[in-house]
Amino acid sequence: MHNFLDAFKFIGHNGQIRGEPRLPTLVHLTLETLKIAGIGIGLALVIAIPIGVWLGHIHRGSFVAINLGNIWRALPSLAVLAIGVAFLGIGLGNVELALIVLAVPPMITNAYVAIDGVDRDVVDAARGMGLTGWEILRQLELPLGIPLIFAGIRTAALFVVSTTTIAALTGYSGSLGDIINNETSYHLSGVLGAAICIAALALVVEFALAGVQRLLTPKGLKVSGREEVSALVPVVSELA
Amino acid sequence: MIALAAGGPVIPTFGGGGSSFTCERANRLFCSSWLSRNWGPVLWPALRQHIVLTLIAVTIGFVISTTLALIAYRRRWLERPVLIITSILYTIPSLALFELLEPVPGLGLSRTTAEVALVSYTLLIMFRNTLTGLREVPDEVRDAAAGMGMGPLRSLLRVELPLAVPAIIAGVRIATVTVISLATVASLIDNEGLGVPILTAISNEVFKTELIAAGALAVGLALTADGLLVIIQRLLTPWTRAA
Repeated sequence: MHNFLDAFKFIGHNGQIRGEPRLPTLVHLTLETLKIAGIGIGLALVIAIPIGVWLGHIHRGSFVAINLGNIWRALPSLAVLAIGVAFLGIGLGNVELALIVLAVPPMITNAYVAIDGVDRDVVDAARGMGLTGWEILRQLELPLGIPLIFAGIRTAALFVVSTTTIAALTGYSGSLGDIINNETSYHLSGVLGAAICIAALALVVEFALAGVQRLLTPKGLKVSGREEVSALVPVVSELA
Repeated sequence: MIALAAGGPVIPTFGGGGSSFTCERANRLFCSSWLSRNWGPVLWPALRQHIVLTLIAVTIGFVISTTLALIAYRRRWLERPVLIITSILYTIPSLALFELLEPVPGLGLSRTTAEVALVSYTLLIMFRNTLTGLREVPDEVRDAAAGMGMGPLRSLLRVELPLAVPAIIAGVRIATVTVISLATVASLIDNEGLGVPILTAISNEVFKTELIAAGALAVGLALTADGLLVIIQRLLTPWTRAA
């Protein structure tokens, strides 16, 4: 058990080991991990959400949107990173490309299902009241689709954080995964400390996104406190 | 913890060797000569280990999560605690979970450690899908079964579970491809599976052929497993095809 105590000491010392040369601090590596993951999620959002929302709005392309999600789940992240390294070499470009490849499909699938699944009667009523297609999208379909769109974003974000740390195994240095990949310098306590930080980071990201989702969800859609743990995996789109 | 390249020599040393290793020495994008030489000694054993790891993890995960789902189907209060715990397990990144389990007494750098972590990732998916599938059986169907004189157990086995099969298999599909994906990372812990050639290639001057071959095998295995499970589901639920 004292390994775990040492791990917390390691975290307390911000990743420095007494009597050893200065190492990158834990705070620095955590921020770097967040930066790499953030860029990946951001780029994926910009690519995926407009496509998914638009396909859902015009009710076209269900075959592509749904099957994209199915194929995505089958992509092992280490394999995607490895193939990327073969073509692009080790570097941030390869990591970000892998993150985008892994994050875009679940975002598209869920955004599509979210918008496509908005009650047609509601849309017809809005059209009857004279709303244009754009107004229907902005005022009706997007707010009603928020829970499912966010389910996709959260699934993707989870994958991205996890893959960012795995990137260390493929030689990319600059994330918390470095510590895990370098037991010689950091010893077991450091590796455990980094693992605890990675786990905490993933949970924090997950809860933060759940909070954002709560803020964006229209009041009428909020079911009292029951939905917050249930959106982790896009099972809804699976059963649809 | 980093058990790289323990599987023996994989690439003929860059720089050494005869003229038959020109492609490898130049580290070109893909050397088919390497593939034919190393399929038997390197890739096939890794693929076989990967399949075994996955089968064990999905089977154990299926037994645990189905049991929990059946209990939660009858005792509603159990659903929430199980969901919270399995969600947290699912959220922890694989690299971190493998490392956190390793110092636990009795686990260490072993296949058991890898399997414990892999199983923990299947629980949320299969538990929720099975429970949702059972809950979505229409009340009228349940009433009809009771009206035909079926007791709760017979109704569960003959009516409710069969109707939940599509949802259950959907869960098994997601769990299987998830395990195939994470088992590549598990190579760090148990030094087997398709992650081994990937990690070897990285530490061996980023040997491209091996990266592409092992990566493609992992992707191909996941897609094949997913496809097989779709076929199994069609066979198990002939009534859904009529629709």
